[in-house]
Amino acid sequence: MLENYLPVLMFIIVGLVFGALPLIAGFVLGPRRPHPEKQAPYECGFEAFEDSRMKFDVRYYLVALLFILFDLEIAFLFPWAVVLEDIGLFGIAAMGLFVGLLVIGLLYEWQKGALEWE
Amino acid sequence: MSFETPDFSLALPEIWLLGAICVVLIVDLFVRGSRRSVTFFLTQAVLLVTAALAITTQWGVTETTFSGHYVVDPLAAMLKATLALLVVLALAYTRPYLEARGLLQGEVYLLALFATLGMLIIASGGSLLTLYLGLEMLSLSLYALVAYHRDSRQAAEAAMKYFVLGALASGILLYGMSMVYGGAASLELAVIAEAAASEEPPLLLLFGMSFMLVGVAFKLGAAPFHAWVPDVYQGAPTPVTLFISTAPKVAAVALFLRLLVDGLGPLHETLQPMLLILAAVSLLLGNLTAIMQTNLKRMLAYSGIAHAGFIVLALAAGTEAGHAAALFYVIAYGIMAAGAFGLIIVLSSAGTEAEQIADYRGLNERHPILAGVLLLLMISMTGIPGTIGFYAKYLVLKAAVEADLIAMAVLAVIAAVIGAFYYLRVLKVAYFDRPEVPPEGSQKPTGPNEGSVGEGEGATPSRPDGAAGTVLVPGASLPIRALLVVNGAAVLVLGIFPERLIALCQSVLGAG
Amino acid sequence: MIELSNFLVLGALLFCLGVAGIFINRKNVILLLMCIELILLAVNINFIGFSAYLDDIAGQIFVFFILTVAAAEVAIGLAIVVVLFRSRGDINVAALDTMRG
Repeated sequence: MLENYLPVLMFIIVGLVFGALPLIAGFVLGPRRPHPEKQAPYECGFEAFEDSRMKFDVRYYLVALLFILFDLEIAFLFPWAVVLEDIGLFGIAAMGLFVGLLVIGLLYEWQKGALEWE
Repeated sequence: MSFETPDFSLALPEIWLLGAICVVLIVDLFVRGSRRSVTFFLTQAVLLVTAALAITTQWGVTETTFSGHYVVDPLAAMLKATLALLVVLALAYTRPYLEARGLLQGEVYLLALFATLGMLIIASGGSLLTLYLGLEMLSLSLYALVAYHRDSRQAAEAAMKYFVLGALASGILLYGMSMVYGGAASLELAVIAEAAASEEPPLLLLFGMSFMLVGVAFKLGAAPFHAWVPDVYQGAPTPVTLFISTAPKVAAVALFLRLLVDGLGPLHETLQPMLLILAAVSLLLGNLTAIMQTNLKRMLAYSGIAHAGFIVLALAAGTEAGHAAALFYVIAYGIMAAGAFGLIIVLSSAGTEAEQIADYRGLNERHPILAGVLLLLMISMTGIPGTIGFYAKYLVLKAAVEADLIAMAVLAVIAAVIGAFYYLRVLKVAYFDRPEVPPEGSQKPTGPNEGSVGEGEGATPSRPDGAAGTVLVPGASLPIRALLVVNGAAVLVLGIFPERLIALCQSVLGAG
Repeated sequence: MIELSNFLVLGALLFCLGVAGIFINRKNVILLLMCIELILLAVNINFIGFSAYLDDIAGQIFVFFILTVAAAEVAIGLAIVVVLFRSRGDINVAALDTMRG
């Protein structure tokens, strides 16, 4: 009974090793020159400690919007991939059309300059 | 379950439109020039071809494809041609207004095209899924169109209200759809109709139907789900208001015919009381509130709610004649509303919005032809014989009386008489009131620069009633004015020779 | 085994929460967007529940489409919020009152 869980144990061990190995390697091999900026936790360009209710640049919204739109189309790829064998060439063509439409959308936003930060 | 390849040739109008939209989108990206002539004419050509395709490939065909999700029948063909032509009419008015305000960008036409695609999909919807997708495609484009004037506070506010209430209505409609799906075990309208026609229809169907009715009534702008109508009509740029009040109304009727007649028609007895309440509230509230308005766009919004009441009354009759009456009414309303808002567009120039009723004082003396168009439109909306509005109301009342809804018919007549009051008041202002002669030099600036500054400070300054001393100068070019006159004449001509259109509406709905 | 009624009750609760949120909330437009999302999720739960109960895959496909449309809807909603914020400087629901009558 218990031996059924052996793969799980293997997974845990491999996972731990994979996580720990780079840390240890960095600790052993890397040079150490501390600096206040380097010690601070990384926060994607924001100040690490301040009021969390701060104003975002409106441009973040734009990026977020575009991300949501293109991100969710992936949802259609999963069921498609599952039944691809049944729908064959027609399915591939249909998905090609779908992705083609997305590409036109991407072209549009690119040309409109929505991808430029400045 | 085996997979079968759908018959794409049946869906040719939609496929053509989608392909053409992609082309227009790309062309618009790479064409330079501020007047957007290429995009405009391409858009109109695409729509005309769509209408032609709908008639040539779908007229007289009755079939379903895409596993029952897509229906082709005479009703679909007729609706698609009508929708495309109404959009052509609506877009023809847009250019001078947008150009004078620096708003002329290709996106207006692209969004209108996407909205049209959504409406066509509704017209051919054979399942809950297609109807939902078509509706959302239409609604999302409309939200963006309302918000199109970015520097106008009113437009942003109107768009926000429209969006929140519209999304709520879509949510309620969807909740109803999920119930109906549970009750009928299928998304296809044909299967749902079978389930609804059984001896004891599942309770879930009745439940879902009520929710779906709320959603449809919202899209139609019928009270008590009308909260968005006045603000959107007033706040949106006038060409967008014009667009919203024409084709999407027809699409809302199409949605009703598909969802609640094709799908849940057998349950009409349960639906009828709810429809009657909607009709009564819309007729009374729309007409009574319209009397108090000083803003013409807002007045037309409330009048639109009253017209929606008539349409719902026709649908409540539940007979084929009633459905045909509703279809005829909504098309007639589309033509009249296009003319009315077109008149506002023609009389507005950059910096002046001709939207206060008081602005129309003495219109007859300065622009007798435009005043004549106003006369035609207003008496048609009132329902005076000789205009298309009369036949629309007549058919609705006839259908209502034949369906034994005599009390409601009487109520509708009373409401129409109340309605006459505010339509005729506009005419009185235009024909008999003297304009206040403003001293020289105090006229509103009409230069494009000053105009756009005024817009930036919060759209149109709201003037108290009576303080308006604006002299209306038509800002539109000659072709647009000619179009307006043609539009006004159409109201008259279709009012004198309505038989063809009426017969068409009746034949596609199977009414003798 | 989860009963169908459990799905429906959860869906109804979420739906009512969403609708109530839209009408009660007077402060922030972003909250309205969240309420709309909640309504759509309630519908999704209904569809999935029915789909499992009826052993019919169509309901789950509908859910896919609702999810994508919801994303587009929120994108438009956020865009309108940005426009609103640009033109008036705040996104308070109670301040949406320039048009009356």
